[in-house]
Amino acid sequence: MEVIRSQKRTPSNDTVSNPKIPLYLTAPQMEVRLEEFELFAIDRLRVLKGVSDGLARGRNPKEMDDLVDTLWKEHMRDPDASVMLNKDIISHFVLRLVYCRSDELKKWFLSMETALFRHRFRLQNFEAQRAIVGEFGLPYKAVTGAELEGLKERLGQVVRSLGQISPTVEAVYYKVPFEEVPDLVASRRVLIQKGFAFVAGSQLVSLVVTQFRSHISKALILTNRKWTTTIREREKDRLTPIVEALSTSYLGPDYSQSTEYAEISLKDIDQVAKSSFPLCMRHLFEKVREDHHLKHGGRMQLGLFLKGVGLKLDDALAFWRAEFTKKVGSERFDKEYAYSIRHNYGKEGKRTDYTPYACQKIILSAPGAGDHHGCPYRHFSEDNLRAALGRMGLSSRGMEGVMDQVRNKHYQLACTMTFEAVYGTSCDAGINHPNQYFEESQKILKSKTPPAPV
Amino acid sequence: ERKMIREEIESREDEKMIDAAQMNNPEPEECFNVNYLRIYYGGKSNLFPYSDIHKWLSYGHDGKHPGCDEYYFGRREFSFTLENDVYLRYKSFKNASSMEDAIKSNFPYKIDIGAVYSVDPDKRHAYSQTGTNVFTPVERELVFDIDITDYDDVRYCCSGADVCSKCWPLITVAIKVIHTSLTEDFGFKHILWVFSGRRGVHCWVCDPKARRMTNEQRSAVAEYFRVYKGNENNARKVALMGYSLHPFLARSYVDYLKGFFEGELQATQSIFSTKDKYEKILAMISDEDIQSELRGKWENSARSSLSEEAISLVRWEQLKNTLQSKKHKAPTLRMCVEEIVFTFTYPRIDLEVSKQMNHLLKAPFCVHPKTGRVCVPIDPNNCDEFDPLAVPTLSQLIEEINSGGSRMDVDDDEDSDTSLLAKSIKFFRSSFLEPLLKSCKEEIESSYKTKIGKSKDSFSW
Repeated sequence: MEVIRSQKRTPSNDTVSNPKIPLYLTAPQMEVRLEEFELFAIDRLRVLKGVSDGLARGRNPKEMDDLVDTLWKEHMRDPDASVMLNKDIISHFVLRLVYCRSDELKKWFLSMETALFRHRFRLQNFEAQRAIVGEFGLPYKAVTGAELEGLKERLGQVVRSLGQISPTVEAVYYKVPFEEVPDLVASRRVLIQKGFAFVAGSQLVSLVVTQFRSHISKALILTNRKWTTTIREREKDRLTPIVEALSTSYLGPDYSQSTEYAEISLKDIDQVAKSSFPLCMRHLFEKVREDHHLKHGGRMQLGLFLKGVGLKLDDALAFWRAEFTKKVGSERFDKEYAYSIRHNYGKEGKRTDYTPYACQKIILSAPGAGDHHGCPYRHFSEDNLRAALGRMGLSSRGMEGVMDQVRNKHYQLACTMTFEAVYGTSCDAGINHPNQYFEESQKILKSKTPPAPV
Repeated sequence: ERKMIREEIESREDEKMIDAAQMNNPEPEECFNVNYLRIYYGGKSNLFPYSDIHKWLSYGHDGKHPGCDEYYFGRREFSFTLENDVYLRYKSFKNASSMEDAIKSNFPYKIDIGAVYSVDPDKRHAYSQTGTNVFTPVERELVFDIDITDYDDVRYCCSGADVCSKCWPLITVAIKVIHTSLTEDFGFKHILWVFSGRRGVHCWVCDPKARRMTNEQRSAVAEYFRVYKGNENNARKVALMGYSLHPFLARSYVDYLKGFFEGELQATQSIFSTKDKYEKILAMISDEDIQSELRGKWENSARSSLSEEAISLVRWEQLKNTLQSKKHKAPTLRMCVEEIVFTFTYPRIDLEVSKQMNHLLKAPFCVHPKTGRVCVPIDPNNCDEFDPLAVPTLSQLIEEINSGGSRMDVDDDEDSDTSLLAKSIKFFRSSFLEPLLKSCKEEIESSYKTKIGKSKDSFSW
């Protein structure tokens, strides 16, 4: 893929076979404008984020089909079909660069791209689906004639076992090694004989999705290698800053559903704040303990963070109550503060389940007098910041690197460097969400195996 | 070498609770002790078949063909459990004699076999966990573990670690169902079934295809076999939805489960004969009216002079007839009869054992420390004949040596060999090892030829 600066783009002519969904098997040979490089990627990222949201909310397959259709039309459509296809291909490959750079990023990207592919595939008609299967070069022949006749009765049994009262044995079945369709095998949705699964036309999704996933997974490993060995250095004045900014532009996981690392309890909270909170939240937490109060901005920023970290509503209410009642008394707490805490957890009013703030949002906030929210790397004076970093355990040498980033206004990189200094490990993905900082920190602290000597 | 045997009574306390009715087992103190173990694994007698195990796990890589990978055996993980539960993992051996030496210096109470890794397990710390040179499993047999304790809620003769001739048939039926599926559905050819030494069986699927399966694929096969989803919280632990059984379940039902349920199971477990027992079955019927109707019939017939087995059969017929006429009442009643049969008879495998490549499993021909029985192979085509209480014990083997009654060299041609273990070893060799090695050699040769062919091609322009 050639990236050029602001020149008229020549229309791509490599979409010879023109399947509706490209398989991203090879990097495209086409010219891309630098601006499009970034914009296309952002649009695709919005689609992937929408998919992520949908899955997190437990949408069923049909709902996901509709969601994907809507998202695609909203962000990726273009009146010119070949332009639309180019955007599809280019945006995917750009995002590979962005998301190949750590295991966490790879896992997320792989899941979302696979889900996206699955539902786009389901939306196609049967002919288009067969064409895509053909694109993969899968050597599976359709089962016909005498062989199909011999299987008909049992194929009918399979259909009936899945809840269809009158077995419509489909016209086309593919004979496929059972290893290629693990999810169909696991749920007994296919007939299996002598190592082969008989996959109905309508079940092709399973087959191609497994192939797709496997291919992208391998590709990401290769892309990462290429990135670290050549591309990152070669493109350091051109593409690299864009790629790195794309991952910090917050469109990753939103932490509104707390993960396996969640579930902190009230009794642990002080200890966990000291060991795993990023600086912005540590500061807010210390202030609550100290002043027994926080203004609105701080309550929102810290409160939602605690929710994302796994503090249950009851514990949250207990926490805030314990502190605030030292200053304002129990009645006032119930009247003025309890409601908004429940509101944050989606238990009042609109019942929107608010999501914890990402770094971008926090950095852009404007703390005023008496406020303690915002991003310390941006909003603290140099002296205060140094003091705070010292309390986190940074040496003066470690601090210099961080202060350097701060001077250059790279606040998230400053926080990332702090993370690296505190835990003694590198964080390739870069910090872009306080809950991400927390989770990564917990992962490190919880892992008991010492690093293997090389 | 008959010496005073040190009795390790303190670890055998639980064995003393064995019901007298099951005293086919020898006195607990005589079952197993460290001295017997030394004789089994070491010295002149060499009961443990070192070279057969080595041949098996080498899968044809014996160095005799240029296509062989001479380091293959050395990348296999073994683990030893020693006396006092000391556990040694990541053991690996260059060849048969170093494996033999290690066993003879440790006399492990248990030997487990793990996966074949990308590098010697011994040297794994030299490799990082990321990048290209990673310590990771590359091959491992597809394995299954069936344990009678998983059937405790449906067997009335024993519970826990005990097993008897009344409940062992559950394992026999499980072998039949799983073995048929592995061969007919999945097309596997090299399958070894092994007695686990006390109360269950292990299955080792050794086809190359099976050894290379990913965790996801193993999980898929395990889930394919899974029907029972029980715990304390649900009464209906088998839920068969849809309008018919999947062909695999239908075949299992027709060929094995139905006959077993209506025949042997009724005789051995009498699952309808008392109120406690039949209430459990009534709870599986998701319709109160049908439950009451049947309960009414059965409560009143308690004074019958029929045998327990006959009573059970009568009640089963009543249940089937009632459900047959009423099954259209609700979707959950459609296959209620089948569900009950499946609950009592369908195989219950330990899913976790099968799903991960790095899961360790006990080696065949080990001796079980609690029973002293040898983990011998079981013939799946003759599994009705297998009696877990007739398996040779360590003390019987020692007795045999001491009485000087048999030759220890197992000679395949010599039918007069009467040593207790000879039959098992012969079976292992002829039914499993020889066909397996033949097929492995063919594979090594053909993939070697392909490789040579390819590199020849690469020289042609």
